[in-house]
Amino acid sequence: MATRAETYPVRSDVQSDELLLPAFTLWWREVVRFYRQRARVVGVIASPVLFWLVIGSGFGRSFSSGGGTSQHYLDYFYPGALIMIVLFTSIFTMMSVIEDRKEGFLLSVLVAPVPRSAIVLGKVLGGTTLATIQGLIFLVFAPFVGIHLGLMVFVMAAIIVFLVSFALTALGFAIAWPMDSTQAFHAIINLFLIPLWLLSGALFPLSSASSWLRMLMEINPLTYGVEALRSALYPANPGEFSLIASIATLILFSLVMFGIAFLMVNRRTTKPAA
Amino acid sequence: MRDIVHRYGERAALNGVSFEVRPAELFGLLGPNGSGKTTLFRILSTLMVPVAGRALILGHNAAEDPSQLRREIGVVFQAQSIDLKLTAAENLMHQGHLYGLRGAALKKRIAEILARVGLADRAKEKAETFSGGMQRRLELAKGLLHGPKVLLLDEPTTGLDPGARRDLWQYLRILRDEERVTVLVTTHLMEEAERCDRLVILNEGRVVALGTPTELKREIGGDVIVLETKDPERLAGKIRTQFRTDTNVVEGQVRIEREHGHRFVTDLVEAFPGEIDAVSIAKPSLEDVFIRRTGHRFWTESEESTAKETLRLRSGQTPGHEGKH
Repeated sequence: MATRAETYPVRSDVQSDELLLPAFTLWWREVVRFYRQRARVVGVIASPVLFWLVIGSGFGRSFSSGGGTSQHYLDYFYPGALIMIVLFTSIFTMMSVIEDRKEGFLLSVLVAPVPRSAIVLGKVLGGTTLATIQGLIFLVFAPFVGIHLGLMVFVMAAIIVFLVSFALTALGFAIAWPMDSTQAFHAIINLFLIPLWLLSGALFPLSSASSWLRMLMEINPLTYGVEALRSALYPANPGEFSLIASIATLILFSLVMFGIAFLMVNRRTTKPAA
Repeated sequence: MRDIVHRYGERAALNGVSFEVRPAELFGLLGPNGSGKTTLFRILSTLMVPVAGRALILGHNAAEDPSQLRREIGVVFQAQSIDLKLTAAENLMHQGHLYGLRGAALKKRIAEILARVGLADRAKEKAETFSGGMQRRLELAKGLLHGPKVLLLDEPTTGLDPGARRDLWQYLRILRDEERVTVLVTTHLMEEAERCDRLVILNEGRVVALGTPTELKREIGGDVIVLETKDPERLAGKIRTQFRTDTNVVEGQVRIEREHGHRFVTDLVEAFPGEIDAVSIAKPSLEDVFIRRTGHRFWTESEESTAKETLRLRSGQTPGHEGKH
């Protein structure tokens, strides 16, 4: 079949109402849908908690974070587990992109007079909201690992969790958009996203890694999420990078991911759209 | 409202399809699977850009001016587009927001449209508790919410029982008559096509017939006689010489179109005793129109038919893949 890819210029004169109302309604649907599926809510919280408790207790004190003070592994692993919740929620909510495509839902959005940017914005913010909420819920365990959760610490953590959620959701969106099966999506997650998390300093610190591994970890944007969160939660135990540098990296990461998602969606072709 | 003009150029799945739809008419797009219906539908609904040619709906070019066009058409897909986890009203609320409707006006419109499709009492229930027919009606409500002047439906009755099917067509007629909505329906069902004001018949990306169902059937003089026999070619030849009438062999059956069919049948049976195993005689149907225009039955496998097509048409185009997922 003859196909010809055509890229249409992105319209810049969209009025804010035209963009925000559809984005809002897509966001709203994403959130409502999630909380109407109890199993998803439970699964996304329970599995990292289990992971955290089992792995964290297993290592116990046999672990040294490299810093002078010996930290229990449960404490060290805590920010990593939180990021894991965020990762799972972000990525899995974007599986809905594939489901929407398989059903006719996405079609009905595509034929509506909605700028494509509203679709990305609504969907990504929906996933971001869910991931942020799930991540912050995990903060109830903070006192058990000796974190004094003051207002400043909480606000800082919320900002970091939001940025990580946003970047990962946008990444999930960009991966899910061209796919037509959830199986393929799972394959990508196992191949690509789990290693991304493993090498983010969630499980072991950069300082204990061999030099090539350390290099991989340094170019992994998720590392900065974990590091930033760790610095925010344990001000006494500063990480490898300064909090500001980490947050700046996260913002950059978010913008790049959102840009990619945005470009993916704006392709209009002679191929079937869904 | 202005007349709607659709023009298409070449495409593997659609090979120069052109037709016009008049305002406030119930227009059918009839064709077997793989005939290009779905491709055409995707182009009309702005989901796909045609390789060549253009689709003009209400003066908007579907390829170049999609955002303006999207505002004025309503689309109901074959696949389910409602969110089962949301209630009927929530589904419509969501749809309304996508079309820039909001607040009290939207609420009023939702109540109105739900009453229209007979779901007013189920507004607060989740769509997953609905029957197939009710879900389809909700789909229809979704397509109609913003008051489009043109409604496009892709095989809207798929998976519905006969009662629900009848209801849906009833709604479409009401829409046409009371709100002067132009309705374009794709279907592969003959009996549905019969209910359209006018229709095109598509086969392998080409328009093979265009007109009202009655007009199309009138082309076939009188009745359609189908004979079953062991050696159709020989019998057809004999009939041709003896009665000087046109005969066709379609899939092992001899077909004759003739006025006063019942009298002719008696002549035939007397003339060829023992050679005819079964006889059927009927008023022409749209399927007969299709057979007459394409030389094969509606439901033939396309592979089989392409062989015949190659002889008929100058280009032996293989039927385009419809690209369904």
